[in-house]
Amino acid sequence: MISIFKRSISRSRWIIALVIPALLWSTLAWSAIESREFDDPIHEARYYNLIKKLRCLVCQNQNLADSNADLARDLRNKAYDMINAGRSDAEIADFMVDRYGEFVLYDPPLDFHTLFLWGAPFLFGLIGGLVFFNLVRKRKSDRETVVSQQDLDNARNLLTRDD
Amino acid sequence: MTRYLLPLGIFILLASFLAIGLNLDPREVPSPFVGKQAPPLDLPRLYNADRITSNDLKGKVWILNVWASWCVSCRAEHPVLNEYAATSDVTLVGLNYKDTDVDAKRWLASLGNPYHLIAVDRNGDTGIEWGVYGVPETFVIDRNGVVIYKHIGPIDEGVLNDKIKPLISELETRS
Repeated sequence: MISIFKRSISRSRWIIALVIPALLWSTLAWSAIESREFDDPIHEARYYNLIKKLRCLVCQNQNLADSNADLARDLRNKAYDMINAGRSDAEIADFMVDRYGEFVLYDPPLDFHTLFLWGAPFLFGLIGGLVFFNLVRKRKSDRETVVSQQDLDNARNLLTRDD
Repeated sequence: MTRYLLPLGIFILLASFLAIGLNLDPREVPSPFVGKQAPPLDLPRLYNADRITSNDLKGKVWILNVWASWCVSCRAEHPVLNEYAATSDVTLVGLNYKDTDVDAKRWLASLGNPYHLIAVDRNGDTGIEWGVYGVPETFVIDRNGVVIYKHIGPIDEGVLNDKIKPLISELETRS
């Protein structure tokens, strides 16, 4: 009796262990985007790479590949049509930037007004490095305090004194 | 004293950056069209059989308002546009975006029609040409066909009185 009970627990555990990931996976499958047909596998690779690099303007923190928004679907269609029409990745990216601004690119291009954005990590790293270096040097100089000869003699006297 | 000044300075700098960041609206993506020639427009009209093209609007200061019957914020914006159209003679062009004619007409019949012309963008292609991503959107275009101003989201009394009205009267006095 007990052993059957135990077995049913372990079985229900197994079922839970299988069902929960399956449920989670189903939401992933549900949110997947429409399937596309390509004549050329290179076009296909370019398409999926491109829609990962373009931002969905409506949801803002998703790329076109992850978004269910209406506009994202329209822009995916646009990218798909342009790839099949033989346009290059750069042309498609320019097309999007001309209409939606540089914000549509997930990686902002390096130019004058994004200089601080790209430079900031190095700048902060440099500042942190300098602070760290200064702290270390200060600690070291604290440890190397000079002891006067008289203090040394006093200490030696104390240590060698016979009681 | 100075050893407290530096962290305080860093704190104030950081706090002011964060305060600016909090007050920015991430929906307000700067439009690449402002200061540039407006994208072409060549679409069927909602109530007429003929088409509307950019050429028809050459030499005029005009407003393009992107709307749809499915758009909730357009409903909030609509009374403001109605009132503006009643008190001003500026050319207000509606761009009916990804809608059906039946729904669009029903919507205008019940809420009023502030538009001089309505262009119909059934599949959203013209919307993409104009960089539309959040209906309603409003563009102000000058006599030379240059986009002067773009507003994303519903126009309220504040935006109308502080931004759009002064801009229109300024553009209309400019030859």
